[in-house]
Amino acid sequence: MTDILEYKTVTESEVGAWIKVAAVADFPANGGVCADHKGLQVAVFNFSRRDEWYATQNLCPHKKQMILSRGMLGSSGEEPKVACPFHKQTFSLKNGNNLNGDHCALATYPVKVEEGYVYVGFKN
Amino acid sequence: MEKIIVIGNGMVGYKFCEKLRSKATKEQFSIKVFGEEPHPAYDRVHLSEYFSNRSVEDLEMAPRSWYVENDVELITGELIVNIDRENKVIKSHTGLEESYDKLILATGSSAFVPPIKGSEMQGVFVYRTIEDLEAIIEYSKHSKKAAVLGGGLLGLEAAKAMLDLNQETHVIEFASRLMPRQLDQAGSDALKYKMEELDVNIHMNRNTASILGEDKMTGLEFTDGQLMAADMLVISCGIKPRDELAKQCGLEVGHRGGIVVNDHLETTDKDIFAIGECALHKEFIYGLVAPGYEMAEVVADRLIGGDEKTFESFDMSTKLKLIGVDVASFGDALCENTPHKPIVFEDSLEGIYKRINLSEDGKTLLGGILVGDAEAYGMLLQITLNGMALPPSPEDLILGSRGGESADMELPDTAQICSCENVTKGDICKAVVDNNLEHVADVKSCTKAGTGCGACSPMVADIFNAQLKSMGKTVKKVLCEHFDYSRQELFDLIKIKGIKSYDDLLDAHGSGDGCEVCKPAVASLMASIWNELILNQDTIQDTNDRFLANIQKGGSYSVVPRIPGGEITPDKLIVIGQVAKKYDLYTKITGGQRIDLFGASVNQLPDIWEELIEAGFESGHAYGKSLRTVKSCVGSSWCRFGLHDSVSFAIEIEERYRGLRSPHKLKSAVSGCRRECAEALSKDFGIIATELGWNLYVCGNGGANPQHALLLAGDIDSETCKKYIDRFLMFYIKTAEPLNRTSTWLNKLEGGIEYLKQVVVGDSLGIAADLEREMDFMVETYKCEWKEVVNNPELRKKFSHFVNTEIPDPTMQFEDFRGQKKPVDWDKELVESK
Repeated sequence: MTDILEYKTVTESEVGAWIKVAAVADFPANGGVCADHKGLQVAVFNFSRRDEWYATQNLCPHKKQMILSRGMLGSSGEEPKVACPFHKQTFSLKNGNNLNGDHCALATYPVKVEEGYVYVGFKN
Repeated sequence: MEKIIVIGNGMVGYKFCEKLRSKATKEQFSIKVFGEEPHPAYDRVHLSEYFSNRSVEDLEMAPRSWYVENDVELITGELIVNIDRENKVIKSHTGLEESYDKLILATGSSAFVPPIKGSEMQGVFVYRTIEDLEAIIEYSKHSKKAAVLGGGLLGLEAAKAMLDLNQETHVIEFASRLMPRQLDQAGSDALKYKMEELDVNIHMNRNTASILGEDKMTGLEFTDGQLMAADMLVISCGIKPRDELAKQCGLEVGHRGGIVVNDHLETTDKDIFAIGECALHKEFIYGLVAPGYEMAEVVADRLIGGDEKTFESFDMSTKLKLIGVDVASFGDALCENTPHKPIVFEDSLEGIYKRINLSEDGKTLLGGILVGDAEAYGMLLQITLNGMALPPSPEDLILGSRGGESADMELPDTAQICSCENVTKGDICKAVVDNNLEHVADVKSCTKAGTGCGACSPMVADIFNAQLKSMGKTVKKVLCEHFDYSRQELFDLIKIKGIKSYDDLLDAHGSGDGCEVCKPAVASLMASIWNELILNQDTIQDTNDRFLANIQKGGSYSVVPRIPGGEITPDKLIVIGQVAKKYDLYTKITGGQRIDLFGASVNQLPDIWEELIEAGFESGHAYGKSLRTVKSCVGSSWCRFGLHDSVSFAIEIEERYRGLRSPHKLKSAVSGCRRECAEALSKDFGIIATELGWNLYVCGNGGANPQHALLLAGDIDSETCKKYIDRFLMFYIKTAEPLNRTSTWLNKLEGGIEYLKQVVVGDSLGIAADLEREMDFMVETYKCEWKEVVNNPELRKKFSHFVNTEIPDPTMQFEDFRGQKKPVDWDKELVESK
């Protein structure tokens, strides 16, 4: 269980390994899936309405549950966000910041799509 | 043209420029303002928001373009170091010289740093400017544990910031209370409890002797010899007026700091004024923004030739939201030296503390304290400020109404609603009438009410709504920023235009990308109109609808098969037992006469349901906003008092409305006689047998806000009863706001139950046939959602935890509890062990 604390935002320039998560077709439109990478759970979102992809930690920082991939996507003004299914706290998909301000931010990961497959960038 | 120079571009310095410009023509005055920070004035009250949204622009009082448009010359990054009063010239650190006719000192304050040994070390910060915050953010990347010195308003704000930076956070307070100027001991205790719940550690009665470490700080030593390790320290012990310029040029300053001013805010030099936190008025420094704004107003008024306006002492009431904890104190909160009679409400379970101080004759409100629930703040402040008469039972003010009558009080027009911008109720009402306002947001731009600290926003909205209503206008309740329509309008749009997908609706009638408010609301509308399979649009559903099960603690789900009327055969009971055993599920008989199976992982759901459906069960809709159970007693078939067969009728009703999506969940019950064993009067619709047939009651509610159902029709036969329920439910579904239960809906319905009777029984609107037809459509098109999923491999695939492996979530954890399993408690240690 202590593994779940080790979420650190990865920026595009820090990526050491692009991990193939799933085919684009495995993603619901405007929804997320959860991917496992060496025991680390990452929520990967297909924001198809904006034609954008995002990845964050799957752990809800409020109650420490692995559920963010089941969250609902949306926007506040221009900011794309995900609402946690537990208590509807919302987080920016761009930088992981908590838009309700009550709890800490999410770690975020870069995502790329190549030849029909979705990849998430990790340090290793 | 008179030359005005403002030294200091903080909130108050900016506000002065704004006020002077709005009062006088550009030909009357030239205005030049100097700020030593690199940014134009920003909202220091909301500085902590910088942590969650690191944008200086969002905090700015006005963009640089405002200064240009308003002919205010703004010079940032320039520190004024000298005032030559004789020649009326100021000089900056770069050697810049400017002459003035009138000089405004709005130099504010700096953080007060108590003389503690070691405060110059690395890792010690104050909490004052954006630059301070940036340094704190940077340092926190290598820090795990932060101490905050000072348990006052600012200190608790800083503690929130530390929590946002993932620090183990400790607040150290010298006094025996948190926010000692605003709270009494019990209020402080309640706040301490709330803060500790959020993982902020609070240490009272701690006097810090020295900061430990070599170059970098490593901890604190207290005067009692105790030590505390910490990687960083944020000092927020109060403010120190920035009066060094005043001292340099020989203006009088207080012996503990602050530029002495009279009621006109003049310093000892008639051409120099001081406003805001640098000013000492009648031996008092005001550390809030509202009095600073008032000072700016008085000086601006004086400069254009008014001399009636003076600065009086200022109300220091305050409300804030700390890490989600409401705290407010108003008027004479502590009444330390005033004879008074307090009324206190304390709920230590919830961490709520409320106290109001009444005058000795019990006739006026002197002040009070609210912790944990500060909803009443706006009204209580108004009653205090305006000396309004109290209701007959003053305890209602903090206990809320308990007899259905609310303690609504009419405010006088002179009541000051927004103290930051000095806006009265009369100003708001006038703005609504004069400008024909339609949105509450326009009140802000017209009057500036609510643009300061924002505490008055709920009150502004209430006044706005009441004013519109008194003008005979309807108050438009739009769903959210993405749709400029009410729920009812969207219902009509979807139906009339035949829209079946959320995206189509958003494209045609909305904007942006939607959100967690409008998506489920639209999903519910579409379900109520088209009754199509919920999973056709699974990503707009609330999580419980999306997975056709309630998400529970630990991320597991509950499985609830329908047991209509609570009647079940032994064979079916055995199946439930076998399934529960096979999948290791916790079982419980619920208040709604069903059996809940808890602790299934998302990938187990289709398999579990396959077995249940095989045995003849169907989805119980214990998820989503839909009909739950129709509870029943045993009725005339077994009970010696029973008048009719309540069980058969309950089953018939439950099967008729199963799966019906509505603005909120629906519950029902049928009792076989007036003994009411099924508790039908606490349900959204309840049926009680009479000698002559059934009595139908509607809009009751159990739960947190109990309300008895009211009689809609008496002594009716079964067919009539179902007809009336059809009409009633459909009317509710079409007109209620999202998440309003029937009781709330009825309470807001103009004309109340009598009007509802006219519509449902009397068909006064001529829509009864339509409502019945719409309900018939819902009944005919019903399909068990779980049956659809179980038989569809594509849909089954949606029920997995990982996309790239078959295993369930390995972090789900259960423990043994009275011979069954339960999820382990919310893991607090995880945060602390970091």
